[in-house]
Amino acid sequence: MKRHFIFIGKQMLRMLLLTFFVSLAAFMLLSVSPIDPLQANIGQAALGSMSQEQIGKLQAYWGVGEPPAERFLAWAGDFFRGDMGVSLLYRQPVAKVIGVKLVNSLWLMLIAWVLSGAAGFVLGILAGLREGSVLDKIIKGYSLLIASTPAFWLALVLLMIFAVWLKVLPIGLSVPIGVEACGVTVMDRVRHAILPAVTLSITGIAGITLHTREKMIEIMESDYVLFARARGESTFEIVKNHVLRNVLLPALTLQFASISEIFGGSVLVEQTFSYPGLGQAAVTAGLGSDVPLLLGITVISALFVFGGNLIANLLYGVIDPRIRRGGAGA
Amino acid sequence: MEKKKVILNIRNFSVSFEQYESGFRKTGLPVIRNLDVKVHAGEMVAVVGSSGSGKSLLAHGILGILPYNASMGGELIYDGAPLTGERQKALRGNELVLVPQSVAFLDPLMKIGPQIRKGKKDRASREKLNEIFRGYHLKEEVQEQYPFELSGGMNRRVLVSTALMGNPRLIIADEPTPGLHMDMVRRVMSHFRELADQGAGVLLITHDLEQALQVADRVVVFYAGTTVEDARAEDFQSEETLRHPYSRALWRALPQNGLQFIRGTQPYVKDLPEGCPFGPRCGSCTEECKGVIPVREIRGGSVRCIHAV
Repeated sequence: MKRHFIFIGKQMLRMLLLTFFVSLAAFMLLSVSPIDPLQANIGQAALGSMSQEQIGKLQAYWGVGEPPAERFLAWAGDFFRGDMGVSLLYRQPVAKVIGVKLVNSLWLMLIAWVLSGAAGFVLGILAGLREGSVLDKIIKGYSLLIASTPAFWLALVLLMIFAVWLKVLPIGLSVPIGVEACGVTVMDRVRHAILPAVTLSITGIAGITLHTREKMIEIMESDYVLFARARGESTFEIVKNHVLRNVLLPALTLQFASISEIFGGSVLVEQTFSYPGLGQAAVTAGLGSDVPLLLGITVISALFVFGGNLIANLLYGVIDPRIRRGGAGA
Repeated sequence: MEKKKVILNIRNFSVSFEQYESGFRKTGLPVIRNLDVKVHAGEMVAVVGSSGSGKSLLAHGILGILPYNASMGGELIYDGAPLTGERQKALRGNELVLVPQSVAFLDPLMKIGPQIRKGKKDRASREKLNEIFRGYHLKEEVQEQYPFELSGGMNRRVLVSTALMGNPRLIIADEPTPGLHMDMVRRVMSHFRELADQGAGVLLITHDLEQALQVADRVVVFYAGTTVEDARAEDFQSEETLRHPYSRALWRALPQNGLQFIRGTQPYVKDLPEGCPFGPRCGSCTEECKGVIPVREIRGGSVRCIHAV
């Protein structure tokens, strides 16, 4: 029991440190960025026609001229009390903005996460099972190609094919243009999510496939597979009895660790498809110097990634008998 | 023993690996050449050779589980008929069984019971395994354990148990006792002896001559990928009854015979001398030893040496 408390305590401490440093880094980057919030959000022309008093008010609103350390500490203090502040751009509480955006993004990411995980796992197993075969070469070639393709470029290509040429899918956004919010159907939302979700999945597959393939090759060359073969097990039985359970553990870890990649990918993909999700909000907040929103999104993303890795660690303990039963001795 | 049926007859067996040398030139690396072994039903034959002489490949070759870049040649006769790839596939795990070196050959994530039953859950398989476990004084709970949970004593019996799930007629034990205590070795060896006494042929592959002599009926001496002598275990009681100079050198290296070692090391496959591979280390090597060395039958054994008497 004591072991568990120590584990939980350690993880909490880690999480706090991670949150602190990630938000600090994001804040520092933002405060050294050359973007002038007034110019970016109001525009040179509008600023020119304003009185000094009005400009002063706006500068106070965007926090221009305040010492960065003070601003960060003020934000951190509020955040620690559970107040994420008010988004300067949306003029709504950050928590609310993130809530709305997160729901939009979560669908995309969840679909991409499940699809890329499942497809990557299957492709990796097929490739690794027959290392050097034509199938292996095709799968490996595809994965390497995709892994070296920028996500936004792939997004543009898909956009051109399906939205511009074939006109079967919408070109962007998450709902149809010119339709009242209450008139949007589930089908509309699904249609708008397909392209971004597929793009995210395709880019996610490559890494998982290549990792699973490596692991598969290692397993197929292991002594226990050799012995299973010596005992007359067919390739199918070997896969069923030994390969799947041995490849599943690393695959699960990879799957939960890949949350970070999906998060990162979603920023680019949402931007390309003008999809109003968390990724796009992050870009908007960054370019518009909306410090509370950007820090809020950064922290939430960090927590997601941290949570994914934590789950992977915990699953190991549940699934791997060497850890579960071995206890402190193993 | 003479009247017993020959279960395995290997003649002129060879294994070679395909290798790419500089400039993409493909070459064959012959790891085993001119290997002859015969195993009768109810007999225990030990193939003795030092580490790195390719002994495990013999086991893998018989079972048809050599790596894809290895090819084998020669004659493999099992139970009166050539042991083809299809027969190997059909027989291995049932009549043809392997007992591996260590629990590293077991799937670390599969419980012992289901693993030995190869995932089968039917009543007959369960009964059979329970019976085998009773025979080796293994508790039924062991079936619910994972390989890493076994103690050193248990895992040998578990490994031997894997061989008994089928109807073994030829048991190949590949270095079954590495790093074990002498007591333990004796016990493991007695399991194999028992199986031989029940009528199966046992091929024991080992580097430990002393251990082999305790249980085996015959000893085949293996040097640099070739069998140099096939002798009865009794022949090892004195140096004079042995036929090949290398066997004699092995005999002299036994602790009770003075632990005398000869100079040099076993040659690497690529640097094999012409003719007899033992030539450069042999005291009675002559010019004729560089030619082809035929196998000769002498005093109930066979030897690959032109000077043997």
